[in-house]
Amino acid sequence: MRTALDLFTIVAVTGGAIFFLAGTAGLLRFPDTFTRLHALTKADNLGLGLVILGLLPRVDSVVTAGKLVVVWLLVLLSGAVASQLIARAQRRRELRP
Amino acid sequence: MMAADSGVALLIVALAVGITVARSTFAAVAGFLAYGLLLTLVWVRLHGVDVALTEAAIGGGLTGALLIGAAARLRNTEAAARAERSGRVVHIAAALAGVAVTAVLAVCVLTLPVPAPSLAREVAANLAATEVGNPITGVLLAFRAMDTLLEAIVLLFALIGVWSVAPDGVWGGRPGPQHLYDPDGILAYIARVLPPIGIIIGMYVFWIGADQPGGKFQGATILAAMWLLTVMAGLTDMPPISRRWLRIGLVAGPLAFIAIGLYGAVAAGAFLAYPHGFAKPLIVAIELALMPTLALVLALMLAGAPQRSALR
Repeated sequence: MRTALDLFTIVAVTGGAIFFLAGTAGLLRFPDTFTRLHALTKADNLGLGLVILGLLPRVDSVVTAGKLVVVWLLVLLSGAVASQLIARAQRRRELRP
Repeated sequence: MMAADSGVALLIVALAVGITVARSTFAAVAGFLAYGLLLTLVWVRLHGVDVALTEAAIGGGLTGALLIGAAARLRNTEAAARAERSGRVVHIAAALAGVAVTAVLAVCVLTLPVPAPSLAREVAANLAATEVGNPITGVLLAFRAMDTLLEAIVLLFALIGVWSVAPDGVWGGRPGPQHLYDPDGILAYIARVLPPIGIIIGMYVFWIGADQPGGKFQGATILAAMWLLTVMAGLTDMPPISRRWLRIGLVAGPLAFIAIGLYGAVAAGAFLAYPHGFAKPLIVAIELALMPTLALVLALMLAGAPQRSALR
C-alpha cells in the first residue's frame, strides 16, 4: 500500500512538473500574448493540480489536504482572472488605431 | 536538495543582475516580483516561514503593486529618461560605489563569529512566560514589543509622507484615480467572489499567528488587498482622507498598544510588561487592535496621495 501511494506521488508530481516545463517552454516560444496565456494557464491549472494531487496522500490530516485543495482552487481562480485581464488589455491595445 | 538550493541561489543572483541592467522600468518591476517569490522560497528553505509569509505579502505583493503603479506613472517620461546618457565619470563612480558596498557587506558577513551570536536559546527557555506558542510572536510582542510599537508608528509616518505630496487643492480628498465600474468585467466578478474568502484567510492567518507562522501583519496585508480589489473594480471608492472615522482608525491601533504598555507600567512594573497570567490575552488584544490600523495604512499607502477633491 505504501509503495503504491509513493508511486502515485512520484507519477503525479512528475506529471505536474512536465506540465510546468511545457507551459514555460510555451511562454518563451509562442509568438503572441494570447497563445502565451494559453500555455501559461495549462501550467498553472494542470501542473499545480497534478502536484497537489500527488501530495495529497502524504499529508497527515484532512484539514491540511483541504488547505492544499483550496490553494489549487484559488490559483485556478486568480489564473483565470489574470489571463482574462491581460487578454483584454492586449485586445484593447490592438484595436487602438 | 543541495543542488536545488544552489540553483535557487544562482537564479536569485542572475535575476538581481537582470533587474539592475533592465532598460525598461516595467521589465525591472516584473523581475522584482519574481525576485520576491524566489526570496520567499529561500526563507521557507531556511525554516523562516514567518519571514517567508511576510516577504510574500509585503516584499513581493505590496511592494510589487507599489512599483507597478510607479512604473505606470513613469511611462510618459520613460523615453525621455532613457534618451539621457550619463557621462563616463558617473558610470565609474556608480560602479565603484556599488563594488565598495558589496565589498563591505562581504567583509561583514565573512567576519561574523562562528557560531553566530544568538538569543534563540533564551527565547526558547522563556517562551512559556508569554503563553504564546509561536516564538516569532513571542519575540515581536513580548521580548521586543517596543520595536513592534515603533514599527506601527513608523508606518503612520510613512503614510503621512505619502499624503504630503498631495496638491493643496485636493488636500483631504480621495486618494488615487476613480476606477470605472464595468458590470460585465471580470474584475467586478472577482471583486465580489474573492473578498469573502480573502477576509476569512486574512483572519485565519492573523489568528493562527499565536501558535504557528502568521500574524497581524500578513493578515492585514490580505485584508488590505481585498479592500483594494473592490476599489479597483469600481465597486467601492477610497474614502476622503479627511474623514474622522478614518483618522481615528489610523491612530487607534498604536494608541491601544501604548495604553496596554502603560497598563503594564502600572500593573507589572515596566512599560510594555505584561502582568503574570495576562500575557496571552494582552498580546491578542494588541494584535487585534493593530490589525485594522495596519490594513488601513497599507491600503491607503498603496492608493497613494489624494488626487480628487472630497466634494465630488
